[in-house]
Amino acid sequence: MTTTVAEAGKLPDYDYNIVRQFTIMSVVWGIVGMGVGVLIAAQLAWPALNDLWQPFTNFGRLRPLHTNAVIFAFGGSVLFATSYYVVQRTCQTRLWGGWLIPFTFWGWQAVIVAAAITLPLGITSAKEYAELEWPIDILIALIWVAYGLVFFGTIVKRNTSHIYVANWFFGAFIITVAVLHIVNSIAIPVSTWKSYSAYAGTTDAMIQWWYGHNAVGFFLTAAFLGIMYYFVPKQAGRPVYSYQLSIVHFWALISIYVWAGGHHLHYSALPDWTQSLAMVMSIILLAPSWGGMINGIMTLSGAWHKLRTDPTLRFLVVSLSFYGMSTFEGPMMSIKTVNALSHNTDWTVGHVHSGALGWVAMISIGAIYHLVPILWNRKEMFSVKLVNAHFWLATIGTVLYIAAMWVNGITQGLMWRAFNADGTLTYSFVESVIASKPGYIVRWLGGAIFTSGMLLMAYNVFRTVTDEPKEGEVGRDESLPVAKSV
Amino acid sequence: MDIDILRQIGVVLGSLAFLGVCWWAFSPKRKKRFEEDAKLPFADEQETLDKGARESDSTTEKKVGEKQEQGQDK
Repeated sequence: MTTTVAEAGKLPDYDYNIVRQFTIMSVVWGIVGMGVGVLIAAQLAWPALNDLWQPFTNFGRLRPLHTNAVIFAFGGSVLFATSYYVVQRTCQTRLWGGWLIPFTFWGWQAVIVAAAITLPLGITSAKEYAELEWPIDILIALIWVAYGLVFFGTIVKRNTSHIYVANWFFGAFIITVAVLHIVNSIAIPVSTWKSYSAYAGTTDAMIQWWYGHNAVGFFLTAAFLGIMYYFVPKQAGRPVYSYQLSIVHFWALISIYVWAGGHHLHYSALPDWTQSLAMVMSIILLAPSWGGMINGIMTLSGAWHKLRTDPTLRFLVVSLSFYGMSTFEGPMMSIKTVNALSHNTDWTVGHVHSGALGWVAMISIGAIYHLVPILWNRKEMFSVKLVNAHFWLATIGTVLYIAAMWVNGITQGLMWRAFNADGTLTYSFVESVIASKPGYIVRWLGGAIFTSGMLLMAYNVFRTVTDEPKEGEVGRDESLPVAKSV
Repeated sequence: MDIDILRQIGVVLGSLAFLGVCWWAFSPKRKKRFEEDAKLPFADEQETLDKGARESDSTTEKKVGEKQEQGQDK
């Protein structure tokens, strides 16, 4: 691609090397993270699998490994790749930062390896989605500052007058995650691999879920909306439906998300007004979420036929449908009376995966299928048919997963609060576990189907990258259609 | 000052900020500018290829339009 740009004469020599590195690693970590997910799903259905290699393969140790691998290793690599790509293309300048750029790549990979070693060893600070101990936390903070310098340094030296909306979302994500990570991870170390949080009791819980929910809001939402605002228009071949709406979307989303974290602590020791505030803000959040979803989907208005022939575009658009679904479900579950039923049940797990598989993973996969041919100077992916097969595996896997968790969650919620006439509980806890077993098996199957799609992608990407280019492929421009299926 | 007064001020300021952003984004004065900004992702495509792709696009669209007209005539 760099040669193409050089031939054009006036466009800069984009740094695609770093984008390629992160793109490949996002495929690798996607398979690892989801593979661990399939294993722990199987452990819930068949508990004997906990004993594969005790204590390292215990569910309690592998579960944080799964969440860290899919969110920060897979999602993080996708975000580094896409943000570095988008900021260069829309600012029409080469990435700024010199050695800081490879530092973000190798540093991030080191963090992932450190997580994969320490979590199975049982080294954890026990904060959900922030389990890594303090030495790794410090490394993450350093990498994140370098990431911010590279990203904003590139924006400062841009050759365009306007900063495209995707970069606003990426920028908000980088700044907010830095603040969240540093504040939530402040701790007193007692040894190399053990520390205690600087906060105590309810304050600690509130700071943890202020962090946790905004990890969802900024890492898994705002940043992936940045992907949407660039890759959906590019793949559809037309500008975003309403640029004005995208501006209101941005400011409304980032200013409301930060208030919603308290809804993770309904009916806890958190002050009642804080819970109610979080509930109200979560419900208001539906408006910007759906505004953004509609903006993305309506970008296709007048070009709907492209969905029939282009599985990459289908990934991007279906991810928006799942985004709409889970951002309706979320506000609903944040209502206290609904939360009284859903809290601590598998419904929460289903909701998370409706967002994680349906929205985050699907839009990432769409972006990867858009990027790979461009980054390696190919006309299209090695096999568009395999992209199409991947699309159906991903969709069926996601639907099986979330449907199983809905059934399980509501069953558990209803069984736990059923009372006899004399005030005793109708069911013991273990009866709700037995009732959940079929759902656990369906969930494992859904996850396995989704992960098998990732294996297809790995093969497809491998062949696209390593096969000899066909005639006339080197020097193509990405304005040509990237994926056309039969 | 009573904390409820502060909360009310917060609500008013928050609403004003939101209305301000809406007014700024949707004012007709800036409509054209934002339509141009929305095209930014396409601005760095290679000119010859880009132009070729767009031309072939518009001819197919024209053909589809013609077909529809003929259908209506019949």
